[in-house]
Amino acid sequence: MTPFVYARADSLGDTIAAGAAPDSAFLAGGTELLNWLRLGIAEPTRIIDISRLDGLDQIEALPGGGLTIGAVTHLNDVAQHALVMRDYPVLSQAILHAASPQLRNLATIGGNLLQKTRCAYFRAEEQLPCNKRQLGSGCSALHGINDNHAIFGWTKDCVATQPSDPAVALAALDAVVVTAHRSGGRRIPAAEFHLLPDTRPEADNVLQQGELITAIELPAAAPRSAYLKVRERESYEYAIVSAAAVLEMDGQTIRRAAVALGSVALRPWRLSTAEEQLAGTELGDREALSTAIEQSFAEARPLSQNAYKIELAKTAALRAIERAARMPS
Amino acid sequence: MNFHDRHLLRLRVNGEDHSLSDLDPRVTLLDLLRERLHLTGTKKGCNFGECGACTVHLDGRRVNACMILAVSCEGREVTTIEGLGNGDALHPVQQAFIDHDGFQCGFCTPGQVMSAAALIEEGHTGSDAEIREWMSGNLCRCSAYPQIVEAVRAAAGRVSQ
Repeated sequence: MTPFVYARADSLGDTIAAGAAPDSAFLAGGTELLNWLRLGIAEPTRIIDISRLDGLDQIEALPGGGLTIGAVTHLNDVAQHALVMRDYPVLSQAILHAASPQLRNLATIGGNLLQKTRCAYFRAEEQLPCNKRQLGSGCSALHGINDNHAIFGWTKDCVATQPSDPAVALAALDAVVVTAHRSGGRRIPAAEFHLLPDTRPEADNVLQQGELITAIELPAAAPRSAYLKVRERESYEYAIVSAAAVLEMDGQTIRRAAVALGSVALRPWRLSTAEEQLAGTELGDREALSTAIEQSFAEARPLSQNAYKIELAKTAALRAIERAARMPS
Repeated sequence: MNFHDRHLLRLRVNGEDHSLSDLDPRVTLLDLLRERLHLTGTKKGCNFGECGACTVHLDGRRVNACMILAVSCEGREVTTIEGLGNGDALHPVQQAFIDHDGFQCGFCTPGQVMSAAALIEEGHTGSDAEIREWMSGNLCRCSAYPQIVEAVRAAAGRVSQ
């Protein structure tokens, strides 16, 4: 680790003022940042500890419906909160399928969205060609080991995926990421928070230097929602593919569906075309559901080793929809 | 905001108050416990938050000590494997690991025991499947998993009695 100075933040105003200086980093749970420091992925000279900032660790119902979750609320506390479990099961399930119990006691809901890819070339202790590590150095995975890489939205500059489970649920829920910045805050749709590699392959998300996530806002309750995670071992593993489904039903007919896939692109991948066709479909008509999902895979492009993920992703989407439908409303 | 490259850290470890001066902010809680307080029961396995060998309780919650900057623990309370039992009396989880042969080489055991003690407090012992899921952050290269689940189940029964 390169040397840095440390300070504990005690007010939001001071935090965003201090964070605007280049080479400053915010520390919340630390479960990503400490590994970046060890690997040289990030080398900040100033660390601002936001983990004890007042008011950023609360979960509260919003007056007009919905829920606001403070950015430094620990993942286990979000997942096991009574309102989240009852009204947003997809988020609770996604979180409980992420990391380990110990890590979830440290990691925060805001920090979770800032995870970087698990691509082995990116995380290598010895630096290898990787445009996210060093822009212009190339992508080792494009013609290398890419069996668990992207099938959507990749370019020859980067074929990695975003590994967050909660982000997939938040994208399907149409959640909003609320930020604070010295020049004013923003409300960013969760599905547009992460960046594809087409413009700036080195960037992971839309945040600017010193911009701090303060809360995640969830819209109206989504009790008929579910998360499905496919991985190589049953627990404590990143996804090969995951799927989040949020349904509104008229009896056995889908009125509205939102479906997002995880670990298939550098952002949670909404199946927008499929969603349009799913509206009006009978739940019991598996063929119609599959046909609808199929529409969103016209743009899927496999790499040399991961064509299997296309089939897996279609099946995961279907099963997530069926699982969501079985949730009590 | 006052940034410093050396810090004074006050924290309580296993019921004892410590005041540690001249602390480099890069030092993790794990390294502080092992190198500065000489509490070597907490093990350094992967140092990347992947194995769980460094599991301790921070303000009563289980966490990976390798993923925490020690300086961020100002005013907080840490329990390590050395402080889990009561003097020479073993904690019920420690006794259960012996009774059920819950280890082979023993390197992961302090972390397993700390995780299990917390898991029982959390109430995640409803079934063997639930125990396995909520113990999944502690890897055992000797693969003593079946005996570990037995030990946790037995200890949960004893603690709740």
